Amino acid sequence: MNRSTGQPASATRRQFLKAAATGAAVFAIGFYLPFGRRARAQGVPQAVETPPPNLFLTIDADNNITLISKYLEMGQGVTTGLATLLAEELEADWSQMHFEFAPNDASVYNNLVFGPVMGTGGSTSMAGSWEQMRKVGAAARSMFVEAAARKWRLPMGELKAEKGHVLHGSGKRASYGELAADAMQLPVPRDAPLKDPADWKLIGKNLPRIDSPDKTDGRATFALDIRRPGTVTAAVAHPPLFGARPTGFDADAAKKLPGVLDAVQIPTGVAVLARDSWSALRGRDLLSVEWDNSNAETRSSEQILADYRRQAEGAGLPAANRGDAAAALGRATQKFSAEFTFPYLAHAPMEPLNCALEMKDGEAHLWAGSQLQSIDERVIAEIMGIGVDRVRIHTLLSGGSFGRRGNPVGDWVAELAQIVKASDSKAPVHLLWSREDDIRGGFYRPAVLHQLEVGLNDEGDISGWQHKVVTQSIFSGTPFEQMMVSDGVDHSSVEGLADTPYQIGDFSVRSFNAESPLPVLWWRSVGHNHTAHVVETTIDALAAMAGADPVEYRLKLLPDARDRETLKLAAGKSGWGGNPGENRGRGIACHRSFGTPVALVADVTVDGDAFQVDKIVAAVHCGVAINPDIVAAQVEGAIGFALSTLLRNEITLENGRVQQSNFHNYVPTRMREMPKVEVHIVPSTDAPTGIGEPGVPPLAPAVGNAIAAATGKRMYRLPFALA
Amino acid sequence: MITLKINGESHQLDADPQMPLLWAIRDHLNLTGTKYGCGRALCGACTVHIDGEAARSCSVMLGDAAGRDITTIEAIEGPVAEAVVGAWRELNVVQCGYCQSGQIMSAITLLSKNPDPSDEDIDASMEGNLCRCGTYQRIRAAIHRSARNLGGRS
Repeated sequence: MNRSTGQPASATRRQFLKAAATGAAVFAIGFYLPFGRRARAQGVPQAVETPPPNLFLTIDADNNITLISKYLEMGQGVTTGLATLLAEELEADWSQMHFEFAPNDASVYNNLVFGPVMGTGGSTSMAGSWEQMRKVGAAARSMFVEAAARKWRLPMGELKAEKGHVLHGSGKRASYGELAADAMQLPVPRDAPLKDPADWKLIGKNLPRIDSPDKTDGRATFALDIRRPGTVTAAVAHPPLFGARPTGFDADAAKKLPGVLDAVQIPTGVAVLARDSWSALRGRDLLSVEWDNSNAETRSSEQILADYRRQAEGAGLPAANRGDAAAALGRATQKFSAEFTFPYLAHAPMEPLNCALEMKDGEAHLWAGSQLQSIDERVIAEIMGIGVDRVRIHTLLSGGSFGRRGNPVGDWVAELAQIVKASDSKAPVHLLWSREDDIRGGFYRPAVLHQLEVGLNDEGDISGWQHKVVTQSIFSGTPFEQMMVSDGVDHSSVEGLADTPYQIGDFSVRSFNAESPLPVLWWRSVGHNHTAHVVETTIDALAAMAGADPVEYRLKLLPDARDRETLKLAAGKSGWGGNPGENRGRGIACHRSFGTPVALVADVTVDGDAFQVDKIVAAVHCGVAINPDIVAAQVEGAIGFALSTLLRNEITLENGRVQQSNFHNYVPTRMREMPKVEVHIVPSTDAPTGIGEPGVPPLAPAVGNAIAAATGKRMYRLPFALA
Repeated sequence: MITLKINGESHQLDADPQMPLLWAIRDHLNLTGTKYGCGRALCGACTVHIDGEAARSCSVMLGDAAGRDITTIEAIEGPVAEAVVGAWRELNVVQCGYCQSGQIMSAITLLSKNPDPSDEDIDASMEGNLCRCGTYQRIRAAIHRSARNLGGRS
């Protein structure tokens, strides 16, 4: 059984190099790779600039191979995927493989899709490491073979690598661990050949997850589980209104608790420091804080929506414009017009936000499920007044994220640094957010308003599509602004719509940036989680107006083979066209995000105002499925995750106050609500595309279209309201 | 001083008897396999066994847990526990894994009482264990697999 502690790599890069130089029983491979510019979250990094050396694996004398993962494991299976790529080219046995998380060093561990940034997200990990990890493995394998060839004085061509050993026909055999010290002295080959897909032994197989053993016996170490000697726990009283600031506080009652040590004011509230979690949480609740609400959000959700509607009467910014949508609409013989609304959503990962910070010998050590290490290190350095090179991030397993832990302003990490600075704590401080802090803490998926009008001609073909999107920009004002915002249009507000693969000749999308002190953030699949619902509900309605089959109607508009194959696979596997029975409906939706089309066929039962999703048949085209079982799991999970947003999840404000607080009024999907999910993968040897997020966007429209099939009622708001 | 009998050992704790058992387990005994998720018995991440029954440790006061037989994920043993953990691994159930200690503790209680649970039984019994990653389909399958491996029919 694989044994991986999930503990972060204890060594820094310098220490790795030092260990390598002293010839300790550690093999560290330095490797030169192309350093890509970003390729807008859709795919593979581009070539080629002067490359930095990378360090991605160690092998010990017992032949244990440890992957150094530059990506955060938040459940998506990235450590298993990376280890598979490495082991494949390395000719390692799966039982040898372990993992650790890489130290923060973007010069080595940058996300090749993001550019010079260390971070995980945008469903980029496998696409971004497909070449890199295999090349690292192939180079290492070649070095082990060469080391054995020199040792045995045999030609390299007579040796072969198999299951972590180098073998010769004479019976000579040496493990990689035995060869490590010699191999390490050899130059790194820059062009070791990659295997032919026909020779793959691990890629494409349902290998057991590398993190499964520790996650089933209590050993897995999440950030909340880190234990540093003398740690103090901090809990923060946050403002009841977004944008409010503390102006003073009274901690007398809190300080009477035996476990409470201190209370300090920070920009985001007032922190109580205590000997344990319970004392910190209790102490926090006993604080009395005065707030300056002068710049706070005080509107209610309905007012915000009304303001969105008013804003939509203006001109907005062009996000897509081809042909003449207005003229084509003028020629149309039928029209579909609609307004769709989406609420704020909390990510609510099962592990609430938390992290620990320790100042030691002029360095800041952070233990966190860090998703954007390049942001988190900068945030700490700025607040603590030290150089970025003095910040050491020990990345740990994270109990979910769905976008929340990758914050361009590093809010929770910054909050902890402010506490350490304000309290001048010499002890390590562990910041703990309660579930209430999490649900009420902002950085939500923004509320969104869509208004659109689409025309059809006599043949039922689209004749003009005019569309307005009002929402808060996620990327403006962040370090990623240049990547995602052009001429004021945040691509993430309109992605999946402005760049829809459907062929629409006369097409106009206008984007409106709403303003609020309420902070917003990417939420699993970002803009796609609302645009897919609007586009796919509309296409379904247009098919109905045209008297066409929804699958045939889509195929007529989709030129790309990947979309078409995916749609046809889902339709075929679901027995599309059959009658699902009384009070039941069947609906389809297809949406491409992060390079991956996903088509879902939903069967639902409607009972009055309630509905149950009985079954989902999914088809997905993600290029090569490195681990088909994990691909299936990500789609199953995405459906379970997204279902709660159809059923009931919404964050609502009343005079600026969040009305939800915990899992009794922000209830994730429960087991009895989980439909039977069947996942089919389009066979492919193309380079991999994303899979962590693409299962989310098509769920709402597939289920909504099924409800419409059963009742004739379209779902224009989320969560769905059948009444 | 409170005497806590946990995983077969007795511990003397100098702590507030009103402290939830969860925080005593995590902060005072450093058994971190039991997770904090909501603090209000709404998610099941903190599930432990008290006298053989699944219980939400975030909502049991330390004083009320004193003297009782408490087992955490780190010390589960016996054929049911082995079958459950084995099935969880065979079916690649986990994703982020944070809720899975609690899921496993609840599944062991279910199978200890009902060796051949139906889907309905599973839904009812596991209702209080949330999984944000949406691993429910595999949890259900793993419970059936465990039952089969234990000699039940499902």
